[in-house]
Amino acid sequence: MAEYKKPKTEAEFENNFKQKNPLMNDTEAYYEASRCLFCYDAPCIQACPTSIDIPLFIKQIHTDNITGASKTIFESNWLGNACGIVCPTGVLCEGACVYNHQDVPPIKIGRLQNYATNKTIDAGKVIFKVGESNGKKIAIIGAGPAGIACACEARTLGYEVDLFEAKEKPSGLTVYGIAPYKITNEEVLKEVEYLQNQLDFNIKYKATINSKAALKSLEDDYDAIFIGVGLGKTRNLELEGEEKENVIGAVEFVEELRMKHHKLAVPKKVVILGGGNTAMDAASEAARMGAKKTVLAYRNSKEKMGAYRFEYDLAISAGVDSLFNVTPIAITGNGKVEGVKFAKTEMVDGKLKTNMNNTFIVRCDMVIKATGQAKQGHLYGLIDDLEIDTKKRIKTNDEFQTSNPMYFAGGDAINGGAEVVNAAYDGKMAAQGIHNWLNK
Amino acid sequence: MIDLSVNFGGIKAPNPFWLASAPPTNSGYQIMKAFEAGWGGAVWKTLGVPVVNVSSRYGSVNYRNSKMMGFSNIELITDRTLADNLREMEEVKKYFPDHAVIASLMVESRAEWEQIIKDVENAGADGIELNFGCPHGMCERGMGSAVGQEPEVLKTIVGWVKEAANIPVITKLTPNISDIIPPGLAALQGGTDSISLINTIKSIVGIDLDTYAPYPIVDGKGTNGGYCGPAVKPIAMNMLKDLAQHPEIGRIPLSGIGGIETWRDVVEFILLGATSVQVCTAVMHYGFGIVREMEAGLRQFMEERNYNTIYDFAGKALPNVTEWKHLNLEHKVVAEINADKCVGCELCYISCDDGAHQAISLSDDPLNRIPSIIEENCVGCNLCSLVCPVEDCITMVKKDDGTEHSSWNERTLNNDIPTTFNDDRAGGKGHFVPKPSDALKI
Ligand SMILES: Cc1cc2nc3c(=O)[nH]c(=O)nc-3n(C[C@H](O)[C@H](O)[C@H](O)COP(=O)(O)OP(=O)(O)OC[C@H]3O[C@@H](n4cnc5c(N)ncnc54)[C@H](O)[C@@H]3O)c2cc1C
Ligand SMILES: Cc1cc2nc3c(=O)[nH]c(=O)nc-3n(C[C@H](O)[C@H](O)[C@H](O)COP(=O)(O)O)c2cc1C
Ligand code: SF4
Ligand code: SF4
Ligand code: SF4
Repeated sequence: MAEYKKPKTEAEFENNFKQKNPLMNDTEAYYEASRCLFCYDAPCIQACPTSIDIPLFIKQIHTDNITGASKTIFESNWLGNACGIVCPTGVLCEGACVYNHQDVPPIKIGRLQNYATNKTIDAGKVIFKVGESNGKKIAIIGAGPAGIACACEARTLGYEVDLFEAKEKPSGLTVYGIAPYKITNEEVLKEVEYLQNQLDFNIKYKATINSKAALKSLEDDYDAIFIGVGLGKTRNLELEGEEKENVIGAVEFVEELRMKHHKLAVPKKVVILGGGNTAMDAASEAARMGAKKTVLAYRNSKEKMGAYRFEYDLAISAGVDSLFNVTPIAITGNGKVEGVKFAKTEMVDGKLKTNMNNTFIVRCDMVIKATGQAKQGHLYGLIDDLEIDTKKRIKTNDEFQTSNPMYFAGGDAINGGAEVVNAAYDGKMAAQGIHNWLNK
Repeated sequence: MIDLSVNFGGIKAPNPFWLASAPPTNSGYQIMKAFEAGWGGAVWKTLGVPVVNVSSRYGSVNYRNSKMMGFSNIELITDRTLADNLREMEEVKKYFPDHAVIASLMVESRAEWEQIIKDVENAGADGIELNFGCPHGMCERGMGSAVGQEPEVLKTIVGWVKEAANIPVITKLTPNISDIIPPGLAALQGGTDSISLINTIKSIVGIDLDTYAPYPIVDGKGTNGGYCGPAVKPIAMNMLKDLAQHPEIGRIPLSGIGGIETWRDVVEFILLGATSVQVCTAVMHYGFGIVREMEAGLRQFMEERNYNTIYDFAGKALPNVTEWKHLNLEHKVVAEINADKCVGCELCYISCDDGAHQAISLSDDPLNRIPSIIEENCVGCNLCSLVCPVEDCITMVKKDDGTEHSSWNERTLNNDIPTTFNDDRAGGKGHFVPKPSDALKI
């Protein structure tokens, strides 16, 4: 079990947050690529949400056609570089690789992907072409993965594209949310810059769209609008004491960490509430920031956790302790958090019941709530005729068009929170949907 | 704009990627599937005299973890009826009028040649390929490589064919000869429009240690097979070069065959003068889909070098392939190890010490496994750089300043070559070699 010291410098921070998927060197890439069998109707392609032609790009790496490999990757996925690093490959492409059936390690597809695109990006190779202008304009709300992918695809189809982004940096949760040991800010931003240099879309920063008037002016000025706003802030738990100092949402915690690195103060004892991937990330991160004790608390059993097993294992290996079948009933403390009061839970007739007779307190100086992000309901309410499902996700058809025909949507805003790769796929397909709609 | 289309001695195709006459072109179904996948042409599995095939037909050489590095077969020409093949050929041409469909033929008598030529022309074939290469079975019946090995017979048959045919004729040569020029010239003199090479090489790929029979084993026995696949590429390229550099043969189009699998192979064959390439084993291994990699790679290569057609670079390597006697004896390279990359396997050391010129030393410090090059002993043979498992770890660094040039040829003209057994001018004179007894000290 790893013991992390509180990082005091950027170098110490980088050491604690060592990249999980470091860039491959040439030798590693050559050998790894040589192992690929070039399967027919390859299962790895089927398992990739963007259907990248994986055997093709791997063969291209092997024959030293790195630029060609990158073309193959970006053709299917505009965020091919980021995805190579942050995709949960074990449950996607690599999980499907035929080698798994032979008890031979699967091809390291993600890292090979990153190897090729990273080289091409660093060399500044020009591989994309802006489509011939068709005189039409698309507005994109949110410059996260979904928005960026939509912008790129729309540019190749000849549209003018303006993105409106609330924050100061592009790429949404890839830069503000994903764990720093998965990808660095530089790596994320350089890919967007590379795309932007060639495809020439405009991003307006600090340009939150949150009023009827702002939407109206987009509707007047553009031919179609894409909503790629992702999810909102961490949802409130409506717990007693939730307003106390040092009770923080996981997304907000990670965002601060991504921006401040070693300058973020993480106290000695941290409790993380939740059992999803975000909870695992937040717990790992708190531990790597030098918290002496990090406790993950989930209301149901270990088996019922939503997190991928490898994410849980990663948290445990970072020194995180876990509590199962406990639910928080109050946060204690005098102004500042001093502990969380939990009650035990148990399964009774297939339903999770809280046993208020069995409670206890875990002392801590910080509580991170990783219990889900709220949806962007406020914005959705401002758009005429926009249908939302019961889970507050925007409803779209096969072409990613919403019930208000001028609006298209994709990414976390329609799937309720998935991966970068899903957002990248949605954004690309939505641009094609827009194109089909405008050319009907 | 890149245009991959070719006009190969009168046969037009949207690209130079063709299927060689072999199992992948056994039927209309396969050829249509291949055209859909991106192949520009297909040489139909050889049609001709009726045959019967054996069961258990292929064998292979696996090298380390690479399957089918070399591939061998004892299959004959098509065993399907001519009528079925012709009907399917006609259908393929209907769907793909712009793709090249070439009928490979092998029959015996002049009358048979004339008849079958008429048949395939009627079926819509864009060209004919004469199979003078099959090195097993068919040659025992006086066809295939039996013809390819007899320039006079070859020339006569090409003559018959040219007289009868209204469509272009490709002559496919066998590599089972010591010099490719005589059969090449014979084909040219017979009037062939173009040449393709190589067909398969006589081989035995292995012996089964239980039955003592060669692979592939047919009821306890085997026979020599035809060898092809990645292993034969160097042999094919050398023969292609011989033809391409020949002052007369080099003027007609050449189709390169043998071990082609990736875009790099394609480019290399084109650089040696091929203007179409044919593939068999790689398709038998991976299916028609491999053409995606070939085409993307070829396009990338052309884009980066501003070539519009393959003719812009066809044959560009030929002037650099010369005879040994013209190589510059003043050129000097020396191995250099990048200590940061070295992983300490010491393969370079042992390969040089046991297999080359004793120019690498090990450190006295047992903890330091990075070898050093002894520059004055290094003859620049490249061996260590070839065995080193790390990319770009051992590089061969040029040491001469490039101003001097003297070749064996030039030195012969200047009377400056070593002439006696113990001549001072011999290359190895004075070169360091350890004492024999040093071997016992290690
Ligand atoms: C903690 C955490 C860890 C994760 N780890 C991984 C991982 O390892 N691998 C992985 O593949 N995925 C991971 N994800 C998921 C992934 O980050 C998201 O699925 C992906 O970023 C969704 O992309 P998006 O474009 O839909 O939304 P977002 O990335 O959320 O982007 C939305 C953008 O819209 C902007 N915006 C929002 N509202 C407005 C408005 N009104 N006006 C203007 N702009 C607005 C936001 O500022 C943001 O930039 C993780 C998510 C979290 C929270
Ligand atoms: C199983 C098999 C059958 C073949 N049959 C023929 C044939 O009928 N006619 C012919 O001209 N060549 C035939 N060949 C030779 C190929 O066309 C080709 O010349 C050779 O395989 C070299 O190319 P490759 O290395 O890409 O396989 C055959 C090859 C194989 C492997
Ligand atoms: S499944 Fe594995 S071996 Fe097969 S093509 Fe995909 S990466 Fe290669
Ligand atoms: S490859 Fe097909 S025809 Fe050949 S042995 Fe296997 S199953 Fe039979
Ligand atoms: S072969 Fe390469 S890696 Fe091995 S010891 Fe020599 S230089 Fe080092």
